[in-house]
Amino acid sequence: MCRARRSPADPGSVAEEERRVKANAREYNEKFQYASNCIQTSKYNIITFLPVNLFEQFQEVANTYFLFLLILQLIPQISSLSWFTTIVPLVLVLTITAVKDATDDYFRHKSDNQVNNRQSQVLINGTLQQEQWMNVRVGDIIKLENNHFVAADLLLLSSSEPHGLCYIETAELDGETNMKVRQAIPVTSELGDISKLAQFDGEVICEPPNNKLDKFSGTLYWKENKYQLSNQNMLLRGCMLRNTEWCFGLVVFAGPDTKLMQNSGRTKFKRTSIDRLMNTLVLWIFGFLVCMGVILAIGNAIWEHEVGACFQIYLPWDTAVDSAFFSGFLSFWSYIIILNTVVPISLYVSVEVIRLGHSYFINWDKKMYCAQRQTPAEARTTTLNEELGQVEYIFSDKTGTLTQNIMIFSKCSINGRSYGDVLDLLGHKAELGERTEPVDFSFNSLADPRFRFWDASLLQAVQLGNPHVHEFFRLLSLCHTVMSEERNEGELYYKAQSPDEGALVTAARNFSFVFRSRTPKTITVQELGRAVTYQLLAILDFNNVRKRMSVIVRSPEGRIRLYCKGADTILLERLHPAHHELLNVTTDHLNEYAGEGLRTLVLAYKDLEDGYYEEWADQLLRASTASEGREDRLARLYEEVERDMTLLGATAIEDKLQQGVPETIAILTLANIKIWVLTGDKQETAVNIGYSCKMLTDDMTEVFIVTGHTVLEVREELRKAREKMMDSSRSMGNGFSCQEKLISSMSASRLTSVLEAIAGEYALVINGHSLAHALEADMELEFLETACACKAVICCRVTPLQKAQVVELVKKYKKAVTLAIGDGANDVSMIKTAHIGVGISGQEGIQAVLASDYSFSQFKFLQRLLLVHGRWSYLRMCKFLCYFFYKNFAFTMVHFWFGFFCGFSAQTVYDQYFITLYNIVYTSLPVLAMGVFDQDVTEQRSMEYPKLYEPGQLNLLFNKREFFICIAQGIYTSVLMFFIPYGVFADATRDDGTQLADYQSFAVTVATSLVIVVSVQIGLDTGFWTAINHFFIWGSLAVYFAILFAMHSDGLFQMFPNQFRFVGNAQNTLAQPTVWLTIILTTVVCIMPVVAFRFLKLDLKPELSDTVRYTQLVRKKQRAQHRCMRRVGRAGSRRSGYAFSHQEGFGELIMSGKNMQLSSLALSSFAARSSSSWIETLRKKKGGDSTASSPSGGADKPLKV
Amino acid sequence: MGPCPVVGQWQGSGLSLGLYGALPSGGQWQGSGLSLGLHGALPGGGAMAGIGALSGNKPDNTAFTQQRLPAWQPLLSAGTALPLFFCAGLACLALGLGLHFSSATIRELELDYTGAPGSGHNCSRCANASRAGAAGCTCSLRFELPERFPGPVCLYYQLANYYQNHRRYSVSRDDRQLSGVASGLSNPATECSPFRTDPRGIPIAPCGAIANSLFNDTFALYHLANGTFYPVPLDNRGISWWTDSNIKFSNPELINGSLEAAFRGTTKPPNWPHAAYMLDMGNLNNTGFINEDFIVWMRTAALPTFRKLYRRVREGNFSSGLPQGTYRLDITYNYPVLSFQGTKKVIFSTVSWMGGKNPFLGIVYLIFGSACILTGFVMLAVHIKFQKQNQMDVE
Repeated sequence: MCRARRSPADPGSVAEEERRVKANAREYNEKFQYASNCIQTSKYNIITFLPVNLFEQFQEVANTYFLFLLILQLIPQISSLSWFTTIVPLVLVLTITAVKDATDDYFRHKSDNQVNNRQSQVLINGTLQQEQWMNVRVGDIIKLENNHFVAADLLLLSSSEPHGLCYIETAELDGETNMKVRQAIPVTSELGDISKLAQFDGEVICEPPNNKLDKFSGTLYWKENKYQLSNQNMLLRGCMLRNTEWCFGLVVFAGPDTKLMQNSGRTKFKRTSIDRLMNTLVLWIFGFLVCMGVILAIGNAIWEHEVGACFQIYLPWDTAVDSAFFSGFLSFWSYIIILNTVVPISLYVSVEVIRLGHSYFINWDKKMYCAQRQTPAEARTTTLNEELGQVEYIFSDKTGTLTQNIMIFSKCSINGRSYGDVLDLLGHKAELGERTEPVDFSFNSLADPRFRFWDASLLQAVQLGNPHVHEFFRLLSLCHTVMSEERNEGELYYKAQSPDEGALVTAARNFSFVFRSRTPKTITVQELGRAVTYQLLAILDFNNVRKRMSVIVRSPEGRIRLYCKGADTILLERLHPAHHELLNVTTDHLNEYAGEGLRTLVLAYKDLEDGYYEEWADQLLRASTASEGREDRLARLYEEVERDMTLLGATAIEDKLQQGVPETIAILTLANIKIWVLTGDKQETAVNIGYSCKMLTDDMTEVFIVTGHTVLEVREELRKAREKMMDSSRSMGNGFSCQEKLISSMSASRLTSVLEAIAGEYALVINGHSLAHALEADMELEFLETACACKAVICCRVTPLQKAQVVELVKKYKKAVTLAIGDGANDVSMIKTAHIGVGISGQEGIQAVLASDYSFSQFKFLQRLLLVHGRWSYLRMCKFLCYFFYKNFAFTMVHFWFGFFCGFSAQTVYDQYFITLYNIVYTSLPVLAMGVFDQDVTEQRSMEYPKLYEPGQLNLLFNKREFFICIAQGIYTSVLMFFIPYGVFADATRDDGTQLADYQSFAVTVATSLVIVVSVQIGLDTGFWTAINHFFIWGSLAVYFAILFAMHSDGLFQMFPNQFRFVGNAQNTLAQPTVWLTIILTTVVCIMPVVAFRFLKLDLKPELSDTVRYTQLVRKKQRAQHRCMRRVGRAGSRRSGYAFSHQEGFGELIMSGKNMQLSSLALSSFAARSSSSWIETLRKKKGGDSTASSPSGGADKPLKV
Repeated sequence: MGPCPVVGQWQGSGLSLGLYGALPSGGQWQGSGLSLGLHGALPGGGAMAGIGALSGNKPDNTAFTQQRLPAWQPLLSAGTALPLFFCAGLACLALGLGLHFSSATIRELELDYTGAPGSGHNCSRCANASRAGAAGCTCSLRFELPERFPGPVCLYYQLANYYQNHRRYSVSRDDRQLSGVASGLSNPATECSPFRTDPRGIPIAPCGAIANSLFNDTFALYHLANGTFYPVPLDNRGISWWTDSNIKFSNPELINGSLEAAFRGTTKPPNWPHAAYMLDMGNLNNTGFINEDFIVWMRTAALPTFRKLYRRVREGNFSSGLPQGTYRLDITYNYPVLSFQGTKKVIFSTVSWMGGKNPFLGIVYLIFGSACILTGFVMLAVHIKFQKQNQMDVE
């Protein structure tokens, strides 16, 4: 579809060193042969499909191995089997894989097509023309409209907004849903209309294509001037234009060169532990195969030397084979061919099919479907399912995963009175809508209908004109950085930087203090139906140190007042000492709220005298124009004015947990899964959430908090924590020296931790900067051991990289299966690192989902994914593998025994058709049905008894021991399968006296007993007989006999006499009572010991699942283990954290007026004076990643207020 | 969200199936309707467009997709396992007894005529001669039947240490040729080599090592009555499978009524004294490829010691069996086996419903039956001892 593009790997072309793009000059740009905007994620087309796909498939070791076998079989001296016994399964496998690849590629083609054919408006020859995305070229100027995707990486030229601003949403790129601002450089921002743009002939010289999303450096040359370009001027492919009517951009990178495409690297291929075990076992089996081959080859050499040489009167040696030794060598290869069925090619295919089935069950699960978001669970990789049944560690993100990232104004304390409690119910519950009516806000036409509040007394207080309450809500409606948008009269939309703020302003709005609109200098509030415009004098912005924000406003009456809201710890210190009593009451309330896991804020105000303010404002102006120490001076000024304030009250915001989070965590904990929360949030918030989702409880022995800033501090804190744990366990009579233990564990690859057996429940909270030290090579083991001894671990303030490091650490030393769950772009690294990555398809874009192996939209589905699907998958896979190895050993080893009776000549026991079909027809479907459908206990029981999950974690159902048991059973079966017919056939004759012990009858007898024995065995193994299992098991037997009789029929023989030599065999052999007696005897002798063993095991050492099944059978109602999940609410002992999660810098943005539509012309002069320094601040505060690149406007200019 | 609602024990009964069947249509519509919006919103530019193919589809609420198919969940309980063991044990014992006794009624007599050197056997002379390559040596064996063998009595020859099941041996045949296909005669299969063509390149019919090594000792039986040996008539009909002699093996189409003409252009296997069409000169239905002795030989044995039916005694005075007394067996000793330590035997045996003498099956059934019952008792004991404890565990 895409025309061939210049690739950097081409021998002729040099890697691009810099990119030159000239606007409106297609011919000029043509000569660089930049990639077109056509993307191609598909791998094949119709012509290349077959060769390329086959080439890829033969890169698999297994396929090559079978190809090798096939070639061996073509050598007549070696060929012990017809070529088709290998080629049929091989072709089948290749075909299935090819069909799957083709389907995948077809969908990729389709999605490529859909994307490539999207329409965009391109400026060609001075007019805007509709073009498909794929036809957009580098150097084109294209026009984007609101809510459209950006087609390529563009240099923003101009937009409908003032100053060439435009807003984009970058959810596709980095997963952040909040809007970002981009700005055109001033010279181009005036190119508003098409005619001017058509004449634009600037040339961009910039960096070559790369995958750095947050960096761009280039220069625009236009009219003999140079303009620096930075990332701030770029619109990247994958972003969406928001709140901007239109904009124009110059295509700089197109198609595969865009940053989005450069970032879509291949994800690391994950393998399950069963996969790895399987590969090891297959290697062992190969070793075993070679051993058998060698034994038989030696046997052959001896036989040919002793017997075969003399037997030459009837069977001369082949002309090429002149010695017994050489004959032995050839027979080695012949036996490799015959015995290769111990590892049949169908093993890998069947495993894939089973996993695919399990993945579909996950996709189909109605109980993991989120009705609100219309999203079902999705297994995005089909290869990890059984590992879901073995998870030991869960690493969870907090925001958006445990919490909904929805803030709800829940309670407040105003002037010493607490509002928000629901009177009829004792505790606070999330779902209480049924019994109580929420407060009716219908009188207020501007109210947000989604807002719910249950305490009517607050509204009464507003309506009765309680001045404190009024002032409280006035503060909420004034002191914030929310932007409002009123599309129609009365239809207000708030754009808040943090959900906390949104919740507060919305609360004020519903209580009749409606924040209506703002200009850089005013805020209009609809107070009790009356529009009041306040003059905004200053915003004392939020930052991490201050943990508060203030506004200074002048009311219409002319009174200047400072409103402040902030973290309790900070703000309570700054109150006027006169209000001591109120402070105490409010503190009590705050404790109460914090105890409920609410996020609290304290509100206060202060009246300022005109004179004082003027003086202060003057200082502020000077400070903000200062070239040195501007920040410090500002901070000091803020500090000065924000003191001796009067307490108004406090708000409590519920950081709403996802549904069912505490229950899920409780159940997962019962299932012996350790949950670590890794969050970027602050420590207080994280601990708070830890309590509210019951990870931390007050009955825990101790919660260790590690916040050290230096290596020594951290080491000391960890050591203390361990010592405390050791002390308590020592008192239990467990006297180990901590230091000794550590030294010995340093060398051990796996920690055999004493600490893990510690009594008492501990939790560990560690801070990001401490974690950085703890993760260093010399301390990581100490940290890990301490952390693993704790029931709950919370890491806060961690960077995405640290998240991945923590996961990697556990992976490295614990040999445990890890699962990472998260929803944001910051979780991607951790999701990719963990054995299993789960993405919450939530609000924060789809980055996490894209990187994940499983995705769903609610944290609570995790318990179902693990305890039901994971457990079943593991169980099924283990049962499948056990049976599969068993059946193939039983099948193949018969050849080995027969070797001793046929002169080690690599004669097969069975008909070659039987060998071909055994694995793909006669025995494949029943075991597949078991592998897909089996259940030991029902899903309800799986959830009820989380302990059922433990066998998976301990790897009990399929390990090397189980494997050897299966192999032993297979070999035992094969011995009986050969020697019982051998014993019977040695002297037997048919009932009419003719020979019974001919080779063909023997083959049919052994094959029939084998099919019957393995069918009975699968019947025993199948624990859940659905109609499908019945159909497959009985059907396989029926098909066996049908094919047997068909193959042995006259018709086929007459057509191909040399291929169907067994003519008449089935009817002659199976008519003999002796044969049936043999088959019955073989079956019974093979199966009964197994039954006896299982019965005894069930009686002597029952597994929990057996017991559960048993009780299920006798239908006993019982309530074990599954204790009541709800615990009594803990006493408030924790202080809630500061609730602001938003960024600094928006205060400045508002004051500059930059982000407002220029409706009021009065602002134009102001805006012109100001600069884009707010952008600078914004970016600096965001992480200081791109401070080096300077924005378009050049030097910072002072902020004028 | 409390714990999941407990659904009835026997989920997926007919009723609930019907109920679920009714739901999806409504749910489906709603799901797909809304999914459109989602599709628009989610997939972004470029590579991400493929995602969301699944999203927005409400899963079907069927017993299959929700893994609630009605199912039988057997449990290995004492109630099933113990009776199973006792019944199986008893059944095996019964079968074993039956087999043992019917096997015991069968009369069998084995006569070794290999004539190993130094054995002083009558046939030693012939054995030496055959080793030297001479054919047609005859020797005779005198033996007593201690009791009457009820008819029909079968006469077998048994070869030991003879590897008919050797891979190279057993593939060395051309069934196409043996089924009488003309082109098979002129162009035998390559598997037959080195007995595919003679040194001059003339195709061999029947080709291959099996045919070449056709057993060619012959036997004649005499019964001593009143001082003279009367020949016992030996019936060579029906010693092969019907399907073999009628379907698998056919002579090439006769040319002018002559089998010899049909075989023209081929040569005999090197070990054979005559061509195939001369196997039974007098009987057109038993010569060439459809000669029953040949067919019996061509049905290769599974094990290195094997017996093949040679003749039956069921005619004339001996139709009811071989009476007690003295017999003489005249052997034309053609077939050398000494070189590879093989042995040759002649066996007289009667048959029952389960064939010839076969003590193995009966004994194994008896042993296993007893083992089953024994295990049953052990299991019972274990169960009684541990059952109480398990009950307590459960509760």
